[in-house]
Amino acid sequence: MSLPVLDVRGLAYAYPGGHQALFGVDLHVHAGERVALLGPNGAGKTTFALHLNGILTPGRGSVTVSGLPVTGDSLLEVRRRVGIVFQDPDDQLFMTTVHDDVAFGPANLGVRGAELDARVAEALRAVGVEDLAGRAPHHLSFGQRRRVAIATVLAMRPEILVLDEPSSNLDPTSRRELADILRSLDVTVLMVTHDLPYAVELCERSVVLSEGTIVADGPTRAVLADAELMARHRLELPVGFSI
Amino acid sequence: MGSGHSAHLHVDGASLLHRLPPQVKLVGLLSFVLAVVSVPAGSLVALGCLVALAAALLLSTGVAPRHLAARLVVALPVVVFALALPFVASGPDSAFGPLTVSSTGVTAAWTVLAKGLTGVLSAVAFAVTTPPTDLVAALQRLRAPALVVVVLSFMVRYLSVVTEELARMRVARESRGFRGRGLRAWPVLAAASGALFVRSYERGERVHLAMLSRGFSGRLPETSPLTARPGEWATALVPATLALTASVAARL
Ligand SMILES: Nc1ncnc2c1ncn2[C@@H]1O[C@H](COP(=O)(O)OP(=O)(O)OP(=O)(O)O)[C@@H](O)[C@H]1O
Ligand SMILES: [Mg+2]
Repeated sequence: MSLPVLDVRGLAYAYPGGHQALFGVDLHVHAGERVALLGPNGAGKTTFALHLNGILTPGRGSVTVSGLPVTGDSLLEVRRRVGIVFQDPDDQLFMTTVHDDVAFGPANLGVRGAELDARVAEALRAVGVEDLAGRAPHHLSFGQRRRVAIATVLAMRPEILVLDEPSSNLDPTSRRELADILRSLDVTVLMVTHDLPYAVELCERSVVLSEGTIVADGPTRAVLADAELMARHRLELPVGFSI
Repeated sequence: MGSGHSAHLHVDGASLLHRLPPQVKLVGLLSFVLAVVSVPAGSLVALGCLVALAAALLLSTGVAPRHLAARLVVALPVVVFALALPFVASGPDSAFGPLTVSSTGVTAAWTVLAKGLTGVLSAVAFAVTTPPTDLVAALQRLRAPALVVVVLSFMVRYLSVVTEELARMRVARESRGFRGRGLRAWPVLAAASGALFVRSYERGERVHLAMLSRGFSGRLPETSPLTARPGEWATALVPATLALTASVAARL
């Protein structure tokens, strides 16, 4: 098989306070895949995601992005390749206008002028919010903010998009529209979520993380159909939903 | 709750002052205020003309007087101080109707009043025509220290988030029967402000992570640099030039 976009080996991490959040996680994601990372609250999903672009440094093990190790020298390039969309768009959108926020990432990579404007326009178009460019992020609806947050990362032309709970706090229509957008993007996706129907809808493969270790990895439907596994790891399908 | 609730100074419009680039306006404002301050005390006519000029600038913004009045309240302390001066200052006295006032005090009062009013009027003219985001961009263009620009732009961005957080905490308190009055409320309010501080601090940490994730290295990138034509600079410096002329003329 080709070089994986994401190659995580034996990743273990303990927070400075001493709490061990990850115990040797292995994960490979290949180009073009859409993978769901499932797990109950406190499983270590966010902690795991923060290792993918070097915000947290592994206690043990390694993370490699398309052959580039995630370490000090390569951090800027790694952060271009791995786009993380955080759970709360208010944390992600920190500039005073949508345009400046989307431009922030590429500008840090040295893109300027017409090329920068083209990137911003392209990213906003990809999530269907071209008309919001001049608005202030805090004046947008939650659904719009979530989309702009994704655009801020797309503008860096990442190889892999990592989304932390993309469907949380969205109404059913925004939730479906976001799914359409994610399906339309030509990028590898790792989606952290508790929203199991969303995983079924969007991801052909699912990985279950529980108490800091990977306990299942396979086709989404097969993983979710294993009732015993799901119950053991506190994952529940919504009432009335069946695979 | 949107930040439509927060008291924004800026009012949309299409006047000349609205159209001038913000960095040009900022330089125009600062140089005008400095020139006005340099007018010697006692040049009552010159100072009167400058107050009129500042008032004309403010009116030229086309913003409804009702809005302007609310924003001009900040000038009140200056007015009160100036009105008190003739009565409290010492120096040669002169009769003012049934009252005796200090004539040095009267001159000083006019000077303080005129300079204070000019400053407030022109600052309000700047504020109602410049969105906060443009002020940040202007400071960045004028090469203000990177840290100042980052802090200001975050204030603009997160002020409403923090105010909303505060409002949510208040609603949560009051929904559980809390009345924010009297001495007994103080410990609760102190705890609430502590909680707000911690929440804001933690948000700051999360925002910092999000910035690092997008390659932040200490300076906000200037993504759409502001430009200005020489004509715009010339226009913006007209009030300062007039004030400077008045200042020089008064000394001759
Ligand atoms: N800054 C921190 N310091 C110490 N422990 C932390 C910190 N952040 C998270 N933890 C702990 O690490 C474990 C994993 O947390 P993490 O946020 O990765 O979980 P998660 O799977 O993302 O959960 P959720 O679904 O609730 O977002 C939890 O037990 C949590 O309490
Ligand atoms: Mg999480």
